[in-house]
Amino acid sequence: MSATTVLLCGVGGQGTILAADLLARAALEAGYQVKVSEIHGMAQRGGAVTTVVRYGDDVATMVADTGDVDCIVSFETTEALRNIAFLKDGGYLLVADETIKPLPVACGRASMPSNARGKLEEWGAVLIPAHGIAEKAGNAKCENVAILGALEHRLGFGAELWGRVIEGRVPPKTVDANKKAFELGLEFADGR
Amino acid sequence: MMLMSGNEAIARGAWEAGASIGVAYPGTPSTETMESFARYDGVYAEWCTNEKVAVEVGVGASAAGARVLATMKHVGVNVAADPLFTSAYTGVNGGFVILAADDPGMYSSQNEQDSHYYGLAAHVPVLDPSDSQEAFEFTKAAYDISEGFDVPVIIRSTVRVSHTKTPVTTGEKVAYELKSYEKDPAKWVMMPAFAKPRRKVQLERDAKLRAWADECPFNSIEKRGTEVGVVCAGAVYQHVLEALPEATVLKLGVTWPLPQGKVQEVAAMVERLYVIEEGSEYLTNQVRALGVEVCDFPRELPRDGELSPGAIRYAFGIDAPAHENAPDDVPARPPALCAGCPHRLVFKELSRIKAIVTGDIGCYTLGALPPLASMDSCVDMGASVSMSHGFELALAGTDHKPVVAIIGDSTFAHSGLSSLITTVYNRGAGTVCILDNRTTAMTGRQGNPFNGVTLQNRESRELDLVGILEAIGVENVSLVNPHDAQAVRSALKTATTEQADELSVIVFKAPCVLLHRQRKPYFFVNADCRACGMCTGLGCPAISKDLESGYASIDPAQCIGCGQCSQYCAFGAIEQIPAASYEEVAR
Repeated sequence: MSATTVLLCGVGGQGTILAADLLARAALEAGYQVKVSEIHGMAQRGGAVTTVVRYGDDVATMVADTGDVDCIVSFETTEALRNIAFLKDGGYLLVADETIKPLPVACGRASMPSNARGKLEEWGAVLIPAHGIAEKAGNAKCENVAILGALEHRLGFGAELWGRVIEGRVPPKTVDANKKAFELGLEFADGR
Repeated sequence: MMLMSGNEAIARGAWEAGASIGVAYPGTPSTETMESFARYDGVYAEWCTNEKVAVEVGVGASAAGARVLATMKHVGVNVAADPLFTSAYTGVNGGFVILAADDPGMYSSQNEQDSHYYGLAAHVPVLDPSDSQEAFEFTKAAYDISEGFDVPVIIRSTVRVSHTKTPVTTGEKVAYELKSYEKDPAKWVMMPAFAKPRRKVQLERDAKLRAWADECPFNSIEKRGTEVGVVCAGAVYQHVLEALPEATVLKLGVTWPLPQGKVQEVAAMVERLYVIEEGSEYLTNQVRALGVEVCDFPRELPRDGELSPGAIRYAFGIDAPAHENAPDDVPARPPALCAGCPHRLVFKELSRIKAIVTGDIGCYTLGALPPLASMDSCVDMGASVSMSHGFELALAGTDHKPVVAIIGDSTFAHSGLSSLITTVYNRGAGTVCILDNRTTAMTGRQGNPFNGVTLQNRESRELDLVGILEAIGVENVSLVNPHDAQAVRSALKTATTEQADELSVIVFKAPCVLLHRQRKPYFFVNADCRACGMCTGLGCPAISKDLESGYASIDPAQCIGCGQCSQYCAFGAIEQIPAASYEEVAR
């Protein structure tokens, strides 16, 4: 069993499920076996969400384990901290540079973690300004595809394959913006 | 080949087998199965009021000769247990397959239970797919098994099978003709005179099923090392492959009855045999009951929650690889009632009057969490109404806080109505709040009898909730707009003071914000804010409080303009932006 494990995490409503779906399609297109495990039910209500994508020549389990994940893709900084124990030594930590206060913090019953960015940087995180990149690509909603662009830096499926996957999945009107966001995301990660 | 979730694959398998009737009540992680089945050509699928009704409709359609799929979550099987047990006496005519979707780890459930026990207790075969391909194949085959042995078949899934997408190679739809129905009271009328012989039929069938389980290719031995052997099923099988690559594995696809010969065969092949299962001792006890020795793990395997390869490796003495630990100060991120949720002010007011609130199953269970924190109990579907009756009975004659039940529209239809009739009939007291948000929100906005939406968008009838309440004899019924704080407050006050010794029902009617997703101009906090904390106490995700100054602010991206918060501000500090400038921003 040797499969690559990508754990996508964020806050309900951030588009982690679409990103996971695109990633799974890309891995299938690349000729791998794929498993995508989603936990939903509470997703729309602002809770923490995770989706695990595993691909390889042979994939058995669909879950992520402590110290065993190749790439963590976090759509939010606090969620990256919450899930850090999953990352394997030398794994890729890709984090959208965006912070959403959980409700207990918003209503004054808890505090934000101290020095979150500092810790992420210390762990070697790639902090990506996904929102700015998506806006630059012409559509703020393409944030998740910008993040996938930066993930491609580590995965290496090839930009052409991703182009086909994006075309086949996103609404036709947003294909150009999504492709641009992907390209800019990849450029950002390559330049780091 | 395509990626399908386990739920989609079960729907596909049923459709290919010629199932033409689908019956269900939504419940995570089972819901998408019936939604997916409903999209196939030539099938009839419906949401029933509850799982018991669904299985009974299924038994009827099967008796009439159709192949039937019924789907539900594990706790739904409890509701359906009554017809399930006796349908294992009557048997079937057309094949009858029931999905029982378990939720180990309780991602979206009030308990974790192992549906295998239903197979054992009811004498119903149980199939355990470990991925979507098997979910598809087992379901398709289950119809022949059901008809061949004249018994319903349970497909037992878990959240990691139901909600994991894996590649599936589908097949061709088989031609299935409605079987003819012949009147046969000895088979279908389960009164003692007929049930006694059917009980004997059931026991004879058990023996045939045991023999079949040993031959069934869904149970297979994967021979590897001779030291360690593992018996496992479902998603756990996938974890075992990762964690113990050297182990010889008996992979069970049929988990009731167990294949005695194969269990003994695998036990003879290895030095030590283990049974690995999630949050249950079902398989372990079944294997031991066959006289086979099961070893204890070198270290502890969790007895609750989900397993993972790491948990299994740990039990076999292998620690997790090096990793960083999450900082201690990461705040929890629980789900919350949406911005603009019509349930919010009801909870706020119940919290204010310090009522004893018996809750129920649905989004509104989130009203139990701070800062609203206004729920005393949540047990099962419909329990809010019956438990409030129980509280009132026990506290009668004492000086007690008001007792208020909270239940949603779909849950009320599921089983709250029969509870309420009990209260009316026995002249019970207390207040029942029906939060009618026009949908079954928590599971993804399904139709129900009170919104008149059906699964396949067939013409329906929207039941008159207030009319039903009046018809069953509730004397104090009121209909209130839950976005109007004053109206909510005054309705609850009347019900819990003037009408304290009587039964009253308040219907709070306003659509779930996720139904139409309409936004109005957003609100903002002006310079009059006194940092009193009243608005942040509403638990709206759009409102936050500055940790140092205490001043509130509203996130315009999250605010939908419901205006609930502005009604709570005593200083006029929460204002709505003018419609004209909102339209400009929106452009």
